[in-house]
Amino acid sequence: MIPVCRLDDLPAGESVRIDTTPPIAVFNADGELYAIDDTCTHQDASLSEGWLEGCLVECPLHAASFDLRTGRPTCLPARRAVRTHRVTVDDGMVHVHVASEVLAEVAAEEEGTAA
Amino acid sequence: MRTVTVVGASLSGLYAARELRAQGFDGRLVVVGDEPHRPYDRPPLSKDFLTGRSGEDQLALSDAEETTELDAEWLLGVRARGLDVRGRTVLLGDGRTVSTDGVVIATGASARRLPGCELAGVHTLRTLDDARALRAELAAGTRRVVVIGGGFIGAETASSCAGLGHDVTVVEAAPLPLVPQLGPEMAAVCAGLHRRGGVDLVTGTGVAGLRGTVAVTGVELADGRLLPADIVIVGIGAIPNTDWLAGSTLALHDGVLCDDGCVTALPQVVAVGDVARVGGTRAEHWTSATEQPRVAVRNLLAGHTAETVRPLPYFWSDQYGARIQFAGRRLDTDTVRITEGGVTDDAPDEGGLLALYERDGRTTAVLSVDRPRPFMRARRELGRGVTVAEAAVS
Ligand SMILES: Cc1cc2nc3c(=O)[nH]c(=O)nc-3n(C[C@H](O)[C@H](O)[C@H](O)COP(=O)(O)OP(=O)(O)OC[C@H]3O[C@@H](n4cnc5c(N)ncnc54)[C@H](O)[C@@H]3O)c2cc1C
Ligand code: FES
Repeated sequence: MIPVCRLDDLPAGESVRIDTTPPIAVFNADGELYAIDDTCTHQDASLSEGWLEGCLVECPLHAASFDLRTGRPTCLPARRAVRTHRVTVDDGMVHVHVASEVLAEVAAEEEGTAA
Repeated sequence: MRTVTVVGASLSGLYAARELRAQGFDGRLVVVGDEPHRPYDRPPLSKDFLTGRSGEDQLALSDAEETTELDAEWLLGVRARGLDVRGRTVLLGDGRTVSTDGVVIATGASARRLPGCELAGVHTLRTLDDARALRAELAAGTRRVVVIGGGFIGAETASSCAGLGHDVTVVEAAPLPLVPQLGPEMAAVCAGLHRRGGVDLVTGTGVAGLRGTVAVTGVELADGRLLPADIVIVGIGAIPNTDWLAGSTLALHDGVLCDDGCVTALPQVVAVGDVARVGGTRAEHWTSATEQPRVAVRNLLAGHTAETVRPLPYFWSDQYGARIQFAGRRLDTDTVRITEGGVTDDAPDEGGLLALYERDGRTTAVLSVDRPRPFMRARRELGRGVTVAEAAVS
């Protein structure tokens, strides 16, 4: 769990980038908070600098659009999803729970063995 | 229409193939490309691909799944050498012919060359094969590199070579590079990036010739100076690939002439991307090549110009760690005003800058160096035809 900023400092329509590896972008889309990997899956651009409209963010370089709820691109040129992360607010503080790829992989493997 | 042939299997050709299927064309789709490769993306060739930061797999524009969905016949590694519009036939270099009802011309452009280009060590940068060859040479130890031409591709290539530790000089015939694109004030500011990147910029002198017998040894300048060089990269622009259309009845003049809807004088032939002169202008921008196919295909399937396209020109360039973005249509008489950030030591601030081009109190274009957010806002406003100044007030 990573503290991001105070909720007051992330008003609706705004975004912040946190310098994790890889970096993560946190958005306030009309009051709903979302976190996704910050780097566009197309090439090298920061989605926290993108254009936020509803639950969609448009990449500032070649205008691929991502759905913040699923991380999936809704148009070209991006074809791969960005990872999404869970966001919580405790005591007015925004936190991101980084989706662990390792854990996800282990879970998938376990499912595979169980099946 | 039973058969549509797309000539040119790169960015705009792929987008045209996608649009044909997306817009319901379920006939035979043939894609002809003279490169042996599946569609790949060119912009990274002078940037991350050249420096080795990204590999060939990251250049692919499509994947196996999409290829299956498109259900096209890919004739790769074969050149179209003629278009017989009466007989509705595309003639191929290997003697085969493709009978077709509709044609999308997407043959792009080729790097302009200089006499002496056949010497070892002399490169152009347009194709994957060009980039592979240059990348291999750059990996063989520190070299003296001379880049001829200070345009975007020249500047990006110089930046990538400098980033790899080579000793780089850029030669530009004009007093300043990028003046036609950015205007003199902002061109001067962007030229400062070369200096910041440790690259020598020699301006105001043309190239008299290349020196060397088997391999290049130097570049002789018009003012008599000789620049020693192990590698020379010629970045002096691109020529639209229209040779194959000579004698086809299509009007050719620095590109394939078409109306605002990408339609040529023949309703069953449309042109897109770098090769197309659409409504009087030919762009060499990635975004135009991806936007035009939608309208071109719509008009091709309609059999007449049902829709026109006048998107706002947009391009970007990455050099010396800075990202330049430009959108709009500027004239030399426009004034330019920096509205965010500024200039330090005749180069953009470390934090970048945003500049607006204005005419009669209206914004005509916007330039950003590392200011993607306000740039996006300004670009959108420009696209809507609203001036940025008006938008800020409302
Ligand atoms: C190194 C480099 C960096 C760039 N960087 C940027 C950038 O940062 N920003 C930006 O906006 N734009 C950039 N561009 C421009 C952008 O890549 C082009 O606008 C885009 O590639 C145009 O696409 P196209 O499909 O129209 O043409 P092309 O990409 O040129 O493709 C045309 C294809 O048709 C093939 N062909 C030609 N003649 C025939 C024939 N007779 N028969 C069969 N096939 C044929 C060609 O071999 C080629 O494969 C860059 C270009 C290069 C080369
Ligand atoms: S980098 Fe995001 S769309 Fe290209």
